Amino acid sequence: MLGKKKKNAEVDYNQVPAHIRRRPYYIIAPGLIILIGIMIPFITAIFLSFTNYSFRMPKWKLVGFKNWINMFKSDSFYHALIVTLKYGLGATAVEMLLGTGVALLLKKDTRYSRILKVLFTFPLMVAPAIAVLIWQLMTSNTVGILEKVLNIFGIYNFPWAASHQTALFTVLVIDAWVNTPFVLLLVLAGIQSLPKSPFEAAAVDGASAWFTFKTLTFPMLKPFMYIALLFRLMAAMQEFGIIYALSKGGPGDTLMNLSLTGYITGFTYQKLATALPYLLVLWLIINKSAKFLVTRQRHLAKQAAGQ
Amino acid sequence: MAKKWMKRMISVSVTAAMVVGMLSTGMVSQAEEEFNWKAYEGTTIEIQMVQHTASEAMVKKLEEFEELTGIHVEYSITPESSYFDKVSTSLASGSGSPDLFMSGAYQLWDYSAAGYVEDLNTFLEDPAMVTPDYDYDDFVQSAVNALKWSGVPGDPVGEGMQLGLPLAFEVYTMAYNTRAFEQVGIDVPRTYDELLEACDKLQKWNGENSYAVAVRGARDWGTIHPAYMSMFAAFGAKDFTIEGDQLVSQVNSPEAVAMTEFFVDMIKRGGTSSWSKYTWYDCGVDLGTGNAAIVLDADNNPVHQNWEGASEEAGNIAFAPMPVAKEGDPQISNYWTWSIAMNSASQNKGAAWYYIMYFTSKDYAKFATIESNVLDPARTSVWESDEFAALMECQPGYIDAFNATINDTTILFTPQPYFFETTTEWAATLQDIVAGQYGSVQEGLDSLKEKMDMAVSDIDLSMY
Repeated sequence: MLGKKKKNAEVDYNQVPAHIRRRPYYIIAPGLIILIGIMIPFITAIFLSFTNYSFRMPKWKLVGFKNWINMFKSDSFYHALIVTLKYGLGATAVEMLLGTGVALLLKKDTRYSRILKVLFTFPLMVAPAIAVLIWQLMTSNTVGILEKVLNIFGIYNFPWAASHQTALFTVLVIDAWVNTPFVLLLVLAGIQSLPKSPFEAAAVDGASAWFTFKTLTFPMLKPFMYIALLFRLMAAMQEFGIIYALSKGGPGDTLMNLSLTGYITGFTYQKLATALPYLLVLWLIINKSAKFLVTRQRHLAKQAAGQ
Repeated sequence: MAKKWMKRMISVSVTAAMVVGMLSTGMVSQAEEEFNWKAYEGTTIEIQMVQHTASEAMVKKLEEFEELTGIHVEYSITPESSYFDKVSTSLASGSGSPDLFMSGAYQLWDYSAAGYVEDLNTFLEDPAMVTPDYDYDDFVQSAVNALKWSGVPGDPVGEGMQLGLPLAFEVYTMAYNTRAFEQVGIDVPRTYDELLEACDKLQKWNGENSYAVAVRGARDWGTIHPAYMSMFAAFGAKDFTIEGDQLVSQVNSPEAVAMTEFFVDMIKRGGTSSWSKYTWYDCGVDLGTGNAAIVLDADNNPVHQNWEGASEEAGNIAFAPMPVAKEGDPQISNYWTWSIAMNSASQNKGAAWYYIMYFTSKDYAKFATIESNVLDPARTSVWESDEFAALMECQPGYIDAFNATINDTTILFTPQPYFFETTTEWAATLQDIVAGQYGSVQEGLDSLKEKMDMAVSDIDLSMY
């Protein structure tokens, strides 16, 4: 009974085993899961913006573009858009100028600059809501230290966030206080990573400080400044905490930006579907601005590296 | 003989009365003993609370409640600025969490319209679920009435579902600095005209930063409901009327315009330059620091500045009813109450009801008021107690101002489910009017009327 001899299976030596073929998918799986986690709320928000979903109505139905059309027809949207841009651009400009300026002043490594570097980072460790509380206390007409300082110059009861004329100025001051150290740190890190040889060569050639700054420091710092600009612009455009804690968007609608309008419509008025188009437009603006800045930053980084 | 018979009759009657009395007392205590506080032993309930003296007092007694009932309580405390956003999202999830939440009456209009609130009459009307000593009639009736509503927009409060039971409430009165009044030599203003005259005299009464009158002005509903709404009604104005099947805003009526003109005048002549960011807290603090001479706000707010050592002006603060439009007018005030309400999706309604019953009981109300400063007490027995009278002795005029106000006090807003949208827009427009952003008060209120009509446009009363 020898029977039939079992034939060996043919081996295709060119074929890659399945577990190896699947390896890229295994590697990207965690990232994919996180991406899905991120996208679910985002896609849900887009979907709900086409419904009449509200916290006060357990049942909802599709309403097409109604919420979007109503938003584009509403004055409050254009007002919020302008406030968002004013605040975003204003806060970012102030912080970039101050942060870069102070970083340049602290460039030299001395005992004082080391102490000042630590002190300047303190506001960064304070939550925006707490920063507002500190500033509310400082600007209080009753007990505020700033009021007392202004009193010396004969100014009494400066209205700060309580006036239509000074509300934006007040929130910009607070934003600058909280976030300028962030720009300062990034630019300082940039300054410290700059190569020494071009500066030494400029010094040997007797170049003036302004010439060195204009032709060497500033162009080489630009990629770092773009990173700071990108982060600050994105955050300032979607600012919520400082404005809400300080004045809830008031007085009147003075500080009602897209974030606040979306939040108050969605949560206080419980009209989530009406609020979502505001927040999605904000996302679009930030997305496009960020894309533009990232492209510019990459280009400048290549330029700085001499590529 | 007749005398002897008479004596016998009297002694028999007295003995019989004593026996009946003793028996009835025994029956009550037996009934109390029979009430099974352990019926929901082992259950866990969740409550969302706002940061307030009322929640602090409840936390102090939680252990005692858990020991009595065997019910485990999980709680969260959230600052008021974001509290109702949290409650709204939790209720909308329909998960039954939290089982209980603290709320005011206005919020309950929103929540009950969506079906998120349990009608507590279900429990109150079931003798097996109520302890014999609960004594519903002992509640300050306007406080429980403020939490009753039919659910039909436009229907006044006071009838229908019991949406919550009160922990504390507040009416709106005037608190003033007696030192300031003596200094400028004026009497307590009784009418709004007198109040304006007082504003002129009290401005800068205590230095350049001091001013006459503090009222709320921040951009939210909190600005409208205390002094502003009380004055609004005192001038004969109404927020909405029913026309056909619609609610129609009346905020631009001649009475409303006259009242708002007065209000703007008052802020300009006697208010602070920071009015538009003032909350109840700022008003109270300014009275305590001697910056404001008068506060028109919740009657319990200045109390906390007037306890011995609590503020710079402690001991100089006194209370009076709000001024009236003209001499002889009734004392009108709006109303606010912190209450506990039950989530209709709760899976632990029995245990949740036990919590409500315990923390709205007479004994607890006395503890909360006397030992934890929870004001105003929602129980008549506390108002009438000697302990409360002794406690409030250092708050001159507080009880008198309350007594003068409480009879004509109720919620002056028209109940409707878009309360927060309409009142937030109202506050924002008021800020614009005071800042002169409109050509006239009439123009500002016309614009507000449009916004309010738009907000309530989808309410169709024929559907109720």
